[in-house]
Amino acid sequence: MSTVTATVISTKAGEGRVTLPRVVHSEWIKFRSLRSSYITLAVTFALTVGFGALFCWATVNRWDHLPADERAHFTPVEHSLRGYFLAQMAIGVLGVLVVTGEYSTGMIRASLSAVPKRLPVLWAKTAVFGAITWVVATVSCLIAFFLGQAILAGKHLDTTLSAPGVLRVVLGMGLYLTAVGLLAVGIGTLIRNTAGGIAAVFGTLLVLPLLAEALPSSWQDDIVPYLPSNAGQAVATLHQGPHDLAPWTGLGVLGLYVLAALIGAAAVLKRRDA
Amino acid sequence: MIEAVGLSKRYGPKTAVHDLSFTVRPGVVTGFLGPNGAGKSTTMRMLLGLDTPSSGHATLNGRRYADHAAPLREVGAMLEARAVHTGRSAFNHLLALAATHGIPRRRVEEVIDLVGLRQVARKRAGGFSLGMGQRLGIASALLGDPATLILDEPVNGLDPEGILWIRNLLKSLATEGRTVLVSSHLMSEMALTAEHLIVIGRGRLIADTSVEEFTLQASSGKVHVRTPDAARLGKLLRELPGVEVAAEDGENVLEVSGAECEQIGRLAAEHGLVLFELTPQQASLEEAFMELTKDAVEYEATVTPTTSAEEVAA
Ligand SMILES: Nc1ncnc2c1ncn2[C@@H]1O[C@H](COP(=O)(O)OP(=O)(O)OP(=O)(O)O)[C@@H](O)[C@H]1O
Ligand SMILES: [Mg+2]
Repeated sequence: MSTVTATVISTKAGEGRVTLPRVVHSEWIKFRSLRSSYITLAVTFALTVGFGALFCWATVNRWDHLPADERAHFTPVEHSLRGYFLAQMAIGVLGVLVVTGEYSTGMIRASLSAVPKRLPVLWAKTAVFGAITWVVATVSCLIAFFLGQAILAGKHLDTTLSAPGVLRVVLGMGLYLTAVGLLAVGIGTLIRNTAGGIAAVFGTLLVLPLLAEALPSSWQDDIVPYLPSNAGQAVATLHQGPHDLAPWTGLGVLGLYVLAALIGAAAVLKRRDA
Repeated sequence: MIEAVGLSKRYGPKTAVHDLSFTVRPGVVTGFLGPNGAGKSTTMRMLLGLDTPSSGHATLNGRRYADHAAPLREVGAMLEARAVHTGRSAFNHLLALAATHGIPRRRVEEVIDLVGLRQVARKRAGGFSLGMGQRLGIASALLGDPATLILDEPVNGLDPEGILWIRNLLKSLATEGRTVLVSSHLMSEMALTAEHLIVIGRGRLIADTSVEEFTLQASSGKVHVRTPDAARLGKLLRELPGVEVAAEDGENVLEVSGAECEQIGRLAAEHGLVLFELTPQQASLEEAFMELTKDAVEYEATVTPTTSAEEVAA
């Protein structure tokens, strides 16, 4: 249409269409250009490593006064990863914010104008946020593990990565936290609102297990292990309890929840007005 | 080229846009006018596929917006509400948008210079003034060097220098052969910038006309006469076919419609009557706009701020 040579505007915009790798690149720029990304990831790291070390240090101090059955059930690898409980909240908040931050500021209209097919934005966000979360969570868990074992070594309570199941627990925790992040991206897209999204993520992870305890105990065994958090944490449990799901089955169940949330998110993103 | 065909949008029971059809041609700036709540922003969001029309459809450069492989290179848009993450710098905002289309970094630098945001490009967009935010919106719209531009109230919040800058920018973009659709509530601003007008009220098309034609229609065709012989001249004028005269008691003033100045002057001369003043009346564009849309005003003040065009002219 513009056959007349541009004077105000050159044609340096080049050529090329919207592709998924380009949208991924765009999401990466978006992620790395917000201070909240760095803060939340630093908090995740600090909570995982810091609380892991704190728990280990406290145990070493109290070890001689612990009752015998507590000593018998002590699992050093799980103990050093205890910080996950708070870290998952930081990751959940960030996962929600990655999406709802766009809605609250209006950025979503710019994003969807650039990518009017819409779904590539969700997939790219999922990929970028999933990859970053996985790296940060896994590195945090490994460092928490080594630091924790170094502290536990003071009472010769430490274990090693090569002991049966330990590597699976450490890496599994990284995967669990990543899944929590992706669940939060899905929920954030479904709800679009920061406060509501965070409440929904916390509700799913923390409140559902509590509510389930109110059920008759005969139902509990059938329901409780399948709740998202309980199922996912199976992969980060060294010795499964009688009602726990098998490690990878549990992670798989959490994966199905994530998948369901993302499919719902895609349907909503595609259909609703921006 | 923008084509809207029977666009309608309902939000629950509320019809924001009703069966709206228009064409926006390249090469001229087209003003998109309407009072508050007329449906301008809603229409623009539908053009971009951000809101799905309840019925009807729109094509830009021959295709639906979402069907373009490189939409930012086809259509550049600046929407009413800010579409920028407040925590991100202007530079990174543009860089992220550019990345979706593989638009190079130097083009980002170029649009930043073009809109005059160089000094603040690395600062958080959340701290931007209204005018700086508008400039960033315009930079985003120009990023892909698009053949079609859709701008929702771009002059809103700009200082006089900024308004002049926008006016010239829009005109030169149109001169380059681009399609430029700009919404505004300010008829006077559009009269200076646009060549064509699309006027809507309550979501319906009211006028689709050139600015020239609109201005012509805006003139009321009345003549203001001041004479010491008001009573006699009034009587003579009333005898002419199709002429109406409104006189104000005790004053030497007549408002004549249906007769030209020349006609009135001659008539007075023939009868030896003295004229002090003989002036054709023209309603201002703003008044003409209000007159045109008065039945379609969505949110009217309980006390009408100005009287209607005729009363003002009288
Ligand atoms: N998302 C929405 N939900 C419900 N009603 C809406 C929505 N968006 C717009 N409306 C209504 O549709 C009508 C048209 O709004 P729109 O913003 O398109 O008007 P406008 O011409 O841009 O007005 P202004 O000049 O004030 O910007 C208004 O009555 C508005 O209240
Ligand atoms: Mg508007």
